[in-house]
Amino acid sequence: MEELTTFDKSLLNILQGGLPVCSHPFQVIGEELGTDEQTVLARVRALKEAGYVRRIGTFFNSARLGYKGTLVALQVEPEAMTQVAEAVNQYPGVTHNYEREGCYNLWFTLNTPCPEEEERILGTIEELPGVESLLNLKANKKYKINVQFKLQ
Amino acid sequence: MQNLTEKEKAVVRALQGDFPLVADPYAQLAESVGLTKEDFLATVKSMQDEKKIRKMGAVLAHRNVGFKANVLVAWAVPQERLEEVARVMVDSPSVSHCYDRNTAPDWPYNFYTMVHGHSREECEQIVQQLADAAGVQDRQMLFTKKEWKKQSMRYFQE
Repeated sequence: MEELTTFDKSLLNILQGGLPVCSHPFQVIGEELGTDEQTVLARVRALKEAGYVRRIGTFFNSARLGYKGTLVALQVEPEAMTQVAEAVNQYPGVTHNYEREGCYNLWFTLNTPCPEEEERILGTIEELPGVESLLNLKANKKYKINVQFKLQ
Repeated sequence: MQNLTEKEKAVVRALQGDFPLVADPYAQLAESVGLTKEDFLATVKSMQDEKKIRKMGAVLAHRNVGFKANVLVAWAVPQERLEEVARVMVDSPSVSHCYDRNTAPDWPYNFYTMVHGHSREECEQIVQQLADAAGVQDRQMLFTKKEWKKQSMRYFQE
């Protein structure tokens, strides 16, 4: 992978901070960086292509869209891990699913538009062969969600 | 909880994929859901004001920009110290997510942070520093063994 230039780093820092909401957002970023819209677009596409950028898009406050999220921890028998992980992945409301070190060894986030659906999904998962225990770790308060890395 | 208008739901459906990397992205987005560009932009702005949209922008593939390691840390924090501990954690640039959560009978951990570093060792050092600064030692380090799924949420698919 090629090294990031100073221009790339400035561009990525701006993009992480947010895209201006206007007719020509990349032109506005170009003005900030002393270049034009097409140069910015070409570089953004290249950085995405090269794998530096995971996603450029919109991040919603799911609670304000009427969805509720929770973190779920499972204790899964090691030999059943693949099957359980794949079954959990099937649900569109599961956005992150990680096998982790520790006695609770599978951790996933689940977003649902109503509590009944959450209950139904977790009820099904709890019954999967190899699932020994399930913790539903509902959030009481969110202090920070900010995945930004300042590049220097 | 107020419900979203049909127009807002249309905007969510248009925006939840990848943002078009073209000169006039909103023309394309608006057209995809049958709105005018002006109407679409105005709806996006009002949804930002109402904090329904948290951010529009980039998330980096942190492994590729040098932050190769991360760890989910579950902390056991006395209830009355939550706010104070949260202030210490939130201030750290190495901490990206920070929540307090329910506990369970065999799981006393009520506070969760996602910590990023350049290596596992660096993550361990950062977490030790956070533990000392916050005055909380009881914790579980939940290092990732395998990523099974990571994608952004898709809303209003019904």
